[in-house]
Amino acid sequence: MSTGIGARVQRKEDHRLLNGQAKFVGDLKFPRLWEAAFVRSPVAHGRIRSITKPAGHAARVFTAADLHDVLPIHAESSLPGYNASDFYPLAKDKVRYVGECIAICIAPTRAEAEDIAELVQVDIDPLPAVVDALKARKPGGAILHEEWGNNLFLETRFEGDFEEAKRLATVVIEREYNTARQCMNPMEGKGTLSYWDDRTNQLVVYTSTQVPHLIRTGIAQFLQMDQGEVRVIAPDVGGGFGYKCVLQPEELSVSWVARKTGRPVRWTEDRREHLVAGANTRQHHYKITAYADDNGRLLGLDADITVDVGAYSVWPFTACLEAAQAGGNLPGPYDLKGYRCKTYSVATNKPAFTPYRGVARPGVCFAMELTIDAIARAVGREPAEVRKENLVAGALMPYTNVTGKFYDSGDYPDSVVQAEKLIDLTGFRKRQAEARKEGRSIGIGFSTFTEQSAHGTKVFAAWGLALVPGYEQAMVKLTPSGSVEVRSGNHSFGQGLETTLAQVASEWLTVDVGQINVLMGDTGMTPYSTGAYASRGMVMAGGAVSKAAEVLHNRIKIHAAHLLQCKPGDIFLKDAHAFHGSASVSLKDIARAWYLRPDQLPDDVDTAGLEVTEGYKPDIDTGVFTYATHAAIVEVDTGTGKVDIQDYVVFEDCGKRVNPLILEGQTYGGAAQGIGTALFEEVLYDANGQPLTSTLADYILPGAAELPTMRLSHKETLSPYTRHGIKGVGEGAAIAPGGAIVNAINDALAPMNVEINDLPATPHKILAALLANSGGERGAA
Amino acid sequence: MKPAAFDHQRPADLEAAIRVLNDSAVDSKVIAGGQSLGPMLNLRLTRPERLVEISNAGAMREISETATHVSFGAATRHAEIEDRLTPDPSRGMMPFVASGIAYRAVRNKGTIGGSICHADPAADWVTAMTALDATIVITTNGKDTRTVPMTGFMQGAYRTSLAPGEIMTAVQVPYYSDQMVWGYYKICRKVGEFSDAIAAWVADPGRKYSRVVFGAGAGAPLVSERLAELLAQTGAAPDPATVKEELAVLAPDLDPVKQQLFAVALQRCVKEALGDE
Repeated sequence: MSTGIGARVQRKEDHRLLNGQAKFVGDLKFPRLWEAAFVRSPVAHGRIRSITKPAGHAARVFTAADLHDVLPIHAESSLPGYNASDFYPLAKDKVRYVGECIAICIAPTRAEAEDIAELVQVDIDPLPAVVDALKARKPGGAILHEEWGNNLFLETRFEGDFEEAKRLATVVIEREYNTARQCMNPMEGKGTLSYWDDRTNQLVVYTSTQVPHLIRTGIAQFLQMDQGEVRVIAPDVGGGFGYKCVLQPEELSVSWVARKTGRPVRWTEDRREHLVAGANTRQHHYKITAYADDNGRLLGLDADITVDVGAYSVWPFTACLEAAQAGGNLPGPYDLKGYRCKTYSVATNKPAFTPYRGVARPGVCFAMELTIDAIARAVGREPAEVRKENLVAGALMPYTNVTGKFYDSGDYPDSVVQAEKLIDLTGFRKRQAEARKEGRSIGIGFSTFTEQSAHGTKVFAAWGLALVPGYEQAMVKLTPSGSVEVRSGNHSFGQGLETTLAQVASEWLTVDVGQINVLMGDTGMTPYSTGAYASRGMVMAGGAVSKAAEVLHNRIKIHAAHLLQCKPGDIFLKDAHAFHGSASVSLKDIARAWYLRPDQLPDDVDTAGLEVTEGYKPDIDTGVFTYATHAAIVEVDTGTGKVDIQDYVVFEDCGKRVNPLILEGQTYGGAAQGIGTALFEEVLYDANGQPLTSTLADYILPGAAELPTMRLSHKETLSPYTRHGIKGVGEGAAIAPGGAIVNAINDALAPMNVEINDLPATPHKILAALLANSGGERGAA
Repeated sequence: MKPAAFDHQRPADLEAAIRVLNDSAVDSKVIAGGQSLGPMLNLRLTRPERLVEISNAGAMREISETATHVSFGAATRHAEIEDRLTPDPSRGMMPFVASGIAYRAVRNKGTIGGSICHADPAADWVTAMTALDATIVITTNGKDTRTVPMTGFMQGAYRTSLAPGEIMTAVQVPYYSDQMVWGYYKICRKVGEFSDAIAAWVADPGRKYSRVVFGAGAGAPLVSERLAELLAQTGAAPDPATVKEELAVLAPDLDPVKQQLFAVALQRCVKEALGDE
């Protein structure tokens, strides 16, 4: 059986992951290893007056004063008007969010390190906290970075042709939407372990990251070291979702202390640290005016987007990636002519905003999909019909949208047609009418999106981040045993890349994936890669492996041709053998000849070898677009406000599916996270910027019992611009659930004139809205 | 999130446990299943110098039956009640309540006495035991005991009438007759989470008993005599407006959403109680 592209092979990595044999940072053992604990800011905003180390522990506590040779994390952006921030790994002068690191304490065990941390005295003059991004846009309040004179990292404007839309519109919809601040909650939080290796004269950093090569660059830059003096190894990583795609202040301070003390030092983020200092994503506010005609055809959209980006700009993606993406992606899959959008990236006393699976799109998709349904209700039409008429039709592909995005392929309205069939929209409307007679509130909602993936330099440059390349390298080698080794600087932290990259190599080399070893995550052993984010891994690293494997395939043919006495062009590979007609030689024998029996090869042997490093860049730099429609049926318990998801379907087109099994897993997992966004997860703060959701009893994640059985369907429109027609897909499923579920809730509650426009749609929010609309009385059956 | 250092003792019997607890030189705290205390230790919200583990002290795990009640040792685990390894005077209510506490892993370790003494308003046993008219047995020296009705035991959120150095040893639950009806309905955002509202109704015409209890409020469970009487008289759930009126008297500070949740919980609890009729 082929284990190449398209095969449903089980994940290679699962054996160790499911048997407790994985090696996470927390599993590592080193002689003389000490553990670190951080003293973190107890206030959201304040000026540090003094830090006093406890008597007897001075050599175990380090502050910004000790780390004087460490540069602050400083993320550049080329966007005009961008205000950069200096993010010291240990706070200097000011603290700007609860949980900001102030001092690092080390001891033989974590408990002892925490004992020391408790004894460190920090005297802080509190300042008024900036908690509300909308208020913080206006002058007059406290300012986080005084030298800016305001709290704006960046303000952008997109001015499209708009007057025509306004003139022709007969329906005008105005809405405000809010999406809550979230924590990403990977199973494994952050973790980092550093030591100085005298043999290689290198700082070795084991860290739980998606981007080991970037972290190496960042550590070298901010610790003022040469790249050659730093080796970063990402071992098994228990989930990333974006949380681990930026340089962490803890990676700098732990590395500095390890170098200073000459002993291995590790820090492991605990869940409370995560829920407090890691509350760093998703919080948007939208003010939208939509202009449509009587049929619900969307003519223009006027949007004002505020992103609550927290205190600092993360490296390398900055505080502005989110708003830049939001402004560019709001029109999404829709064929829209008039567009005007202002975005505000507002500094607040909260942790530094970090891109999370879907980056901005869960927010824009929510805002857009609710707007489409609001238009449909206003014109009295079925939302799915209005949606289909507004989406970019297949006949228009490739299509350049109003913000200049180049949609490479696909048929967006068809994804709605397919989702309608899967969920039986017609049958549902009949059931809904019956249910309403019985006093039950059931509703249906759709949500359609495009997922820009594997975008290159030009796209990132438009977001102010010209440092991101649109290319990637990989190494593929036929070993002396006839097995295959793949090396990639990308990383796998749950996406199954260890298996899918092997499948790409298997496609060319016909070697079973069981005989293909994929090495990733170690800067000492892999070609430079900026890592895994932006759904780029399969397209970029997959493309690079494909190209390297193709070159290797051709080199194998040269040697095989000699051994089989024919021309390389006559050779084909199958089942790990090279064939000429019915005559064959195994790849193992070819490898043996090359490495161990060169006497079997000709005098003019091709000396390029069986180890190939190749680079790859897709034919376009603008990314390839996966798209999908999610549809949900919910029942709202109008007595309690609780939402029960009764059916959930996903129809997706992500181009060539390298491994359908892994793709389904990605879809289930992403949708589960999206359901968390839709119904459960929110970080709450009091007026002083104190987080109120610092344990998992307060920050509610969906569990297995809260998730529906999802039904998935796919089609494959191959991208004309990438190897094998692959498109990125890792983030997609997390984007749509908010829109689908809240549209379904609003469909269910439409007879009561209740509309939810904020995420998450908690029972409390729904019940409060129902009570407000019914004068306080609700039936209880 | 590691606890501050503490000493850990496992006395063989209650007398020894009380002696250790009464050692005024050391700040000691009783630990049973540790399902609430464990996280609090890890968060350093509580930092006793010594933990006195009592869940294996013989008397703490004793179950005894008399003519009028069953006495459950305080260290009886939720899972043992759920699995009906213990006698059930409550005609199914206690196993039902036990099966809905948090997750199975918590139920395997957590104890009924620990939960009652922890006195979290949102916990199940404080409400269920109030509805079942249970009695708390307390020892001051390991031999002598005093009893307090559950309705007087919990005095507020995380507050009970246990004096320093005392240990709760058992909870006595009266037998109910075959005329008993019971309902227990809790509203949670998520399976296994602490509840947002609980309503319990227990009625036993044979014992001339009817009690309505609301749990997961701000303090000790709310007992409504008026609604209990109404229910006993009419045999039907009072309408939401009446429930809300009564709640406004019992707990004037409730917000409208919480009031609504209590009213719904009671209606559904009564419906379940009378479901088969």
